[in-house]
Amino acid sequence: MTKSELIAELATANPHLTARDVETIVGTVFNEITAALSRGERVELRGFGAFSVKKRDARLGRNPRTGAAVDVDEKAVPFFKAGKELRERVNRGKRGA
Amino acid sequence: MNTITRAHLTETIYTQVGLSRNESADLLETVLNRMSSALESGESVKISGFGTFSVRQKGRRIGRNPKTGVEVPIMPRRVLVFRPSQVLKAHVNHTAVPLGDDE
Repeated sequence: MTKSELIAELATANPHLTARDVETIVGTVFNEITAALSRGERVELRGFGAFSVKKRDARLGRNPRTGAAVDVDEKAVPFFKAGKELRERVNRGKRGA
Repeated sequence: MNTITRAHLTETIYTQVGLSRNESADLLETVLNRMSSALESGESVKISGFGTFSVRQKGRRIGRNPKTGVEVPIMPRRVLVFRPSQVLKAHVNHTAVPLGDDE
């Protein structure tokens, strides 16, 4: 499923909304999560999961092709942990995707 | 540190779209439900500019109770993984957002 498919499904289920409204709604959800994470905040959606930002320390990396050592700066990475309900649903779901 | 919840997202939808708060809350729930159903059926959910949620099959392995050291089999299971897009990673680091990459 892609974002546009999600928008299309939502539009079909809500014929009273304009296509533009549905796009705004879906866009808003992901934009708000992005904005919160870039402020270093956490987004917790019970049953679905939680988005947070994890810090990665600076480290000495290596160019895998040349083997040369390179400094890798400390950085932040977005992280998602599935909530209990979603985790169980996924594990119960059909095999072989 | 602030934690954003459904209430905040509902409020944003409410102010952006001009639907009632109730309907905004319902729509947010529908978005999350549709994504959950797709994942439950093993389908990946790819949100351009944000990231991809996918389901990974894990095989059986022998685990250990860290407290007692007793070996316990961990059954095959399916887990959810989220792979953030380059765009989301850039936002979180306040670096330039790469163009043309909406994986």
